[in-house]
Amino acid sequence: MSVRVALHSPTGSRSFLERGLLLLVMLIFLEGTVLTLGAASSPDISAQDNTGGGHDRRDDHRGIAGSHEHTNYTYTKKAFPVLSLDYHHIQVPFEISLWVLLASLMKLGFHLIPRLSSIVPESCLLIVVGLLVGGLIKLAGEEVPPVLDSNLFFLCLLPPIILDAGYFLPIRPFMENIGTILMFAVVGTLWNAFFVGGLLYAVCQIEGTYLSQVELLPCLLFGSIISAVDPVAVLAVFEEIHINELLHILVFGESLLNDAVTVVLYHLFEEYSGAGEVTPTDVILGVICFLIVSLGGIAVGAIYGILAAFTSRFTSHTRVIEPLFVFVYSYMAYLSAEMFHLSGIMALIACGAVMRPYVEANISHKSHTTVKYFLKMWSSVSETLIFIFLGVATVAGPHAWNWTFVSVTVILCLVSRVIGVVGLTFIINKFRIVKLTTKDQFIVAYGGLRGAIAFSLGYLLDKDLFPMRTMFLTAIITEIFFTVFVQGMTIKPLVDLLAVKKKQEAKRSINEEIHTQFLDHLLTGIEDICGHYGHHHWKDKLNRFNKKYIKKCLIAGERYKEPQLIAFYHKMEFKQAIELVESGGGVKLPSAMPSQVSMQNIQPKKLPPAVAERALPQFTKGREEEIRKILRSNLQKTRQRLRSYNRHTLVADPFEDGWNDFLLKKQRMIELEKKMTEMSNYLTVPAAPPDSPTMCRARLASDPNAFYNIKASSDGVPTIQVDLASPQSPDSVNMLNEFSKRGATDQGLGQREGATRDEDQGLMMKLSSAGKEEKEEGGNKNPGLMRCLSDPGPSNEDEEDEPFLP
Amino acid sequence: MGASQSAGTEHEFQDLADRTGFSLEQIGNINKRFRQLSNNEETLSREDLASIPALDNNPIRAQIINAFFDKRNLHQNETGTVQEIGFEEFLMVMTHFRPAAMGLTEEERENLRREKLRFLFNMHDTDSDGTINLEEYRRVVEELLSKAGTIGQETAKAIADAAMLEVASTTRGKMEPDEFYEGITFENFLQILNTFDIETRMHVRFLHMDTATLRCGKSK
Repeated sequence: MSVRVALHSPTGSRSFLERGLLLLVMLIFLEGTVLTLGAASSPDISAQDNTGGGHDRRDDHRGIAGSHEHTNYTYTKKAFPVLSLDYHHIQVPFEISLWVLLASLMKLGFHLIPRLSSIVPESCLLIVVGLLVGGLIKLAGEEVPPVLDSNLFFLCLLPPIILDAGYFLPIRPFMENIGTILMFAVVGTLWNAFFVGGLLYAVCQIEGTYLSQVELLPCLLFGSIISAVDPVAVLAVFEEIHINELLHILVFGESLLNDAVTVVLYHLFEEYSGAGEVTPTDVILGVICFLIVSLGGIAVGAIYGILAAFTSRFTSHTRVIEPLFVFVYSYMAYLSAEMFHLSGIMALIACGAVMRPYVEANISHKSHTTVKYFLKMWSSVSETLIFIFLGVATVAGPHAWNWTFVSVTVILCLVSRVIGVVGLTFIINKFRIVKLTTKDQFIVAYGGLRGAIAFSLGYLLDKDLFPMRTMFLTAIITEIFFTVFVQGMTIKPLVDLLAVKKKQEAKRSINEEIHTQFLDHLLTGIEDICGHYGHHHWKDKLNRFNKKYIKKCLIAGERYKEPQLIAFYHKMEFKQAIELVESGGGVKLPSAMPSQVSMQNIQPKKLPPAVAERALPQFTKGREEEIRKILRSNLQKTRQRLRSYNRHTLVADPFEDGWNDFLLKKQRMIELEKKMTEMSNYLTVPAAPPDSPTMCRARLASDPNAFYNIKASSDGVPTIQVDLASPQSPDSVNMLNEFSKRGATDQGLGQREGATRDEDQGLMMKLSSAGKEEKEEGGNKNPGLMRCLSDPGPSNEDEEDEPFLP
Repeated sequence: MGASQSAGTEHEFQDLADRTGFSLEQIGNINKRFRQLSNNEETLSREDLASIPALDNNPIRAQIINAFFDKRNLHQNETGTVQEIGFEEFLMVMTHFRPAAMGLTEEERENLRREKLRFLFNMHDTDSDGTINLEEYRRVVEELLSKAGTIGQETAKAIADAAMLEVASTTRGKMEPDEFYEGITFENFLQILNTFDIETRMHVRFLHMDTATLRCGKSK
């Protein structure tokens, strides 16, 4: 507890010390478990000790039974063990939890230390922690557990990260740059593999390096392992430097798509290393294999993605398990692809990207949030674990350090990356419309970080087939450390130094969305006029096909008809509503825009002059302020009302209908507010609309002329006369009260019906038939029922009316 | 006679190429399309464009067609619309969809950006008064959602209102209740689309400047 307190104390040095202590305690704790684990796994006495009394008793029992075989069965009774220790029983899950806990605490710790995370990337710190943990385990004289085991890595740690990346892949920039990305991922990786592998072999042949036993194929294999850019490392580093979207998607996309190349090259060289030679047929087979691996992976992913989307169509009654489908189908896609040695990473990416638009339309908002948080949580824990494990594995592994081999590897990797990027950009730029500048090329080349995938692939190598496996692993680890530490740490200052365009943090505005859509259609139109079927044309075709057939099959209900713009608008509105709820409500206006500008500022004011004359009683400043205050307090109340309803919707209503309902309500609140403001300006609004108050208000808001027509026609309706001659007379205030009361009674008309009927008969009668909420419809005849259904509850209602009922 | 005519057009094309920056080949292609659309007439009318079948599904078809006949887009400092356009005018409209060339200076880039945004702005500002008012903006959104049926029409207004509110709040900041925001001026328009990389987005590949270099690259 004291440590906790110290963590938040402002004295930097002391808290740092305390934090160090905390870290140490943590390490010792972990150390202890590993120790016991080691002890427990060694097959001598300790195991017996650990398993405790149970075994002993049984042995005893048997012994007794054996010795008295022919005699009577005598049962020697022992004291019932009140407390026994059975660590073995929980060992594996317990250790897993400990590792996860360590990872999470480390992540937590780094962000508590100020400025540290801005200098050193998290990935570096985590590797250092891993090194420390590994070192401590070794110091204790224990066997370091093989934490970064290939199975563990590929089946448990990697999928969450890739799914997170695939599910939240920014499709638009990805597709716009797909050519460049593929070029870097396929050609670039091939080039790197052969350049590094080939030259490495040449270096090995030089006399005096003691490497002459290394053959060409293992060298190429090593090249293919080391040449792939690692998505985990790239994500970890690029997330912190906030580079612009284009560069991010180029490097990140490359790291995702090069998986297929790596997988094929790896299997190809591993296969032929045994055979010893490669024929042209093998090369052709390799190319075919590449196509199958990549396209097959995508196909598997897409199939599972569509299945997931289709399943989510029917989950409207069991919302709780919705998120699970996303995870399970994706994981199945990954495993299925891995089963055939297809590219699991590509399958996951395809699965996530395919399912997302449909799943998002189907599942509830809460499920969507769950999916988002779970993915982020899993991927960040996985990432942390991977880096820690990298450190531990470094300490653990047997190393064979060969200066020549290691340094040549590091240099060659850098050189080949630079040559590859520059050469490929030269070709790509001929086809690109937005050219890659020299700065961009530099960042792409420099951002080619290597990571744990390479290590795990190296770890997979067979010791007997590849006697130089340890040397390879050492070189791989060195290369990983070099890229993550040197490049990862310097890339941020370099980005600043070169003034590379950064990511714009602005959130997407509705205007941008409108213009994105507008531009899309415009460009499609221009292409059509030119008679040139370019990619806008095909994109438009695909979109329409998607809308017409696929969405209909995969999205439940009516939502498939919803155009993108409307979906965007709803999403935005919803987000703001939630923000409003979370901020405690009442601070911001519940309008769709977080602004100090209200609807009336942009409404064209087309008041007929006669009305204007009639309508504007001259208030003194003070009077106006007073009225404003009254109105404002009323509005505050209505906002609170809105919030309480929100809470209800979010917590209790598991169905999306609640959200529609909520939207409707919000709309009404906005309109109500609009009217209130208008009233404070003009005070011209006559009472008693002919139809529902909401309708009338809406009409009023959009077209004042129409409003006056209504007024003229509705003679039978009681109206309130404004005493123009004496604007400050009680009458005018009365009128205001009437209005506000109406606004208030609109919401709680059921409850107040009886009470107000005496006061102003016609008006209230009129209103009672308005039926503001759908829920209250049909409840008109039964005020009691209506009271039950009207959401804010009676106490709220009374409060609300207070300012208006003296 | 045919020879002299072709020589004439060639000279004309060269002239156009100098003024618009298109290559001769591009101008030839566009001219071919122009003749096809206008049924070999010298001028193109609204009906010719409206009869393009591929445009049928475009929700903003009317606005696109209008843009071709808007005098503001034809580099003439006047407003209003024309009934028919010749090839030169057609080409002038097309210049707005040319991608940015390599190695532009900051200033050139900004000019290009303004020019492209001006084109969009003009499409929205139907009454040529220099501002997009709420009515006009609503119409834009309505057009955009015109293929979405009734849901679209109902929501369009709300979306346009929200968008307008956003413009007003980003460009004006706080407004008093009795102030009135008369509409989006071009300056406001530039401001709200500040993060919108129009110079890299508003282009048609067909009108790529570098077709010539592209061929060089291939032949190498």
